[in-house]
Amino acid sequence: MDASGSTIKKGKTGKMLKSPGARTKEQQGKIMFLLVLPFLFLSFMFSYFPLHGWLYALYDYRAPLKLSQCQFVGLKWFATLFSNPTQVSQLLIVMRNTFAMSLLGILTSFLPVLFAVFLNEIKCRWFKNMVQTLTTLPNFISWTLVYAVAFCLFSSTGMVNTVLQNLGWISAPIKFLDSGEHVWLRMLLWSTWKGLGWGAIMYLAAISGIDQEMYEAARVDGAGRWQLIKNITIPSLLPTYFVMLMLSVANFLSNGMDQYYVFQNSFNKESIQVLDLYVYNIGMTGKSLSLATAIGVMKSLVSVTLLLIVNFTSKKVRGESII
Amino acid sequence: MSKRKSGTVIRQKPSDFVFSFFNYLIFAILTILCAYPFYYLIINSISANYLSAAGAINLIPRGIHFQNYVDVFKLNGLTTATLVSVARTVIGTLCTVLASAYMGFMFTQKQLWHRKLWYRLVVVTMYFNAGLIPMFMTMKFLHLTNSFWVYIIPAIVQPFNIIMVKTYVESLPASLQEAAEMDGAGVLTRFAKIVLPVCTPILATIAIWAAVGQWDSFQDTLIYITDQKLYSLQYLLYTYLNQASSLAALVKSSGSAAAVASVATMQTPGSIRMTVSVIVVLPILFIYPMFQKYFVKGIMIGSVKG
Repeated sequence: MDASGSTIKKGKTGKMLKSPGARTKEQQGKIMFLLVLPFLFLSFMFSYFPLHGWLYALYDYRAPLKLSQCQFVGLKWFATLFSNPTQVSQLLIVMRNTFAMSLLGILTSFLPVLFAVFLNEIKCRWFKNMVQTLTTLPNFISWTLVYAVAFCLFSSTGMVNTVLQNLGWISAPIKFLDSGEHVWLRMLLWSTWKGLGWGAIMYLAAISGIDQEMYEAARVDGAGRWQLIKNITIPSLLPTYFVMLMLSVANFLSNGMDQYYVFQNSFNKESIQVLDLYVYNIGMTGKSLSLATAIGVMKSLVSVTLLLIVNFTSKKVRGESII
Repeated sequence: MSKRKSGTVIRQKPSDFVFSFFNYLIFAILTILCAYPFYYLIINSISANYLSAAGAINLIPRGIHFQNYVDVFKLNGLTTATLVSVARTVIGTLCTVLASAYMGFMFTQKQLWHRKLWYRLVVVTMYFNAGLIPMFMTMKFLHLTNSFWVYIIPAIVQPFNIIMVKTYVESLPASLQEAAEMDGAGVLTRFAKIVLPVCTPILATIAIWAAVGQWDSFQDTLIYITDQKLYSLQYLLYTYLNQASSLAALVKSSGSAAAVASVATMQTPGSIRMTVSVIVVLPILFIYPMFQKYFVKGIMIGSVKG
């Protein structure tokens, strides 16, 4: 601190002679603080201040009233979650869906690795670029638009049903969207469609960072394509894969709600309601803001714990933290 | 036999050929799966509507016309929603980019009072959030529900972008700022005249991500907005998807009597859905291939931020 201060002062001497009223470093620092204050305030308002809303979980909140006018119920909502039979069974279904979607996501997390490894085997430049551009495109459209695509292709009057009927392969339209069967699988397919190409980008970049001489050396030793993939490419991708895996474990409870919200209907509600969507459904449209907040609080606490565990694991395993 | 650049000669085995063939084939199929839905939407939105309603347009557009694009803007709210979406994308991106640049730069200034503390407090907000209902209550408290600014203000300070700019500015040679400091340039002058111009690569990356995020955003309308005049295009598309049968009637009745729609241009629920979808997706289709390298750069920087 001191050393840098004195050098700057030395550099500034000439200047200070001209303006004796020049500010000291400390004053400068405080002025700079005032200059960033509005943005710190924004950060506070939209990240820290909302935490006060957790109080709603301790009250029986009714919509137009003020919090002070509502009855304080302590941990009643948290108790309800674990004791009220209908509530418990509902929450169990929601947790089952959440776990299913997250687990399926983790189980298929190797797909982008495979995508990258095999795309790397393609030597034709323009083909490779085209594949990369077109398969990453779905990642940049919203879930609403994915649903629009799904609607136009797979609704009962959609393209797939029309084509199949025109071919005479089916007599009645297949209900791709409004049925409660295979909901998890279909959701997984849509998120894979949206995310596969983009998910592979990081691995492709990691592959391009591998020392080419390793491959040359292995080839000279007579290694074939599969041996190169198995012994060089995949091991070099493992660190990246590990980070991605850890992140998806940390986000285990956060499936997001956009995808499930747009695809939900009365037929598939039972198997599509994940935790994020459930909080929205009971909080914004249904029963109780307070109960929804209580669930949200628990979710936040579990998520932060998961993140810390994952970070700790990463430190142990790789000697490097994730956050 | 094939010759490689390095000069080593390797044998092309028949199994290699089979592998390559299937590899190309599978990637071609995957690519078609990703691209065809967009192509399908586009060709159907410009084909004769009775053909497209009959499911006859699958590969080549027929009876090409652009009446759909004229007609859908007669729909209640589509023009407004388009303006809202464009406005939030432009204003929101501008705010996010400038604020990220400014904060990222300020956090590199060592004399900033308690710099490390503020920086940590901002960065830590990436890892927790209060949850849906508390956020809703906060927005309500701030009178941001049913306000256009709910799209803009909460998105201004984004810790991840600030980290990206800070890392970038720290990688610049220190002499750049020192020289200006000796000439008596204040901190804001240094930011505007020296740092901002050299930050363009990283700011372009942030801008492109922010713009796509704003354009695609759906949840904030769903949660904070009930006023139809403030619907974003994404949200409006969602409502159209769920009520399209009455939509066709809407367009029909609002069209002037003189322009009696021919069977080719008469609106059907499907034609409306597809046309609006194309309007929503078109900006992304144009922007993405042009700025692909910025998107890739964004994620690469993110992954090494540490």
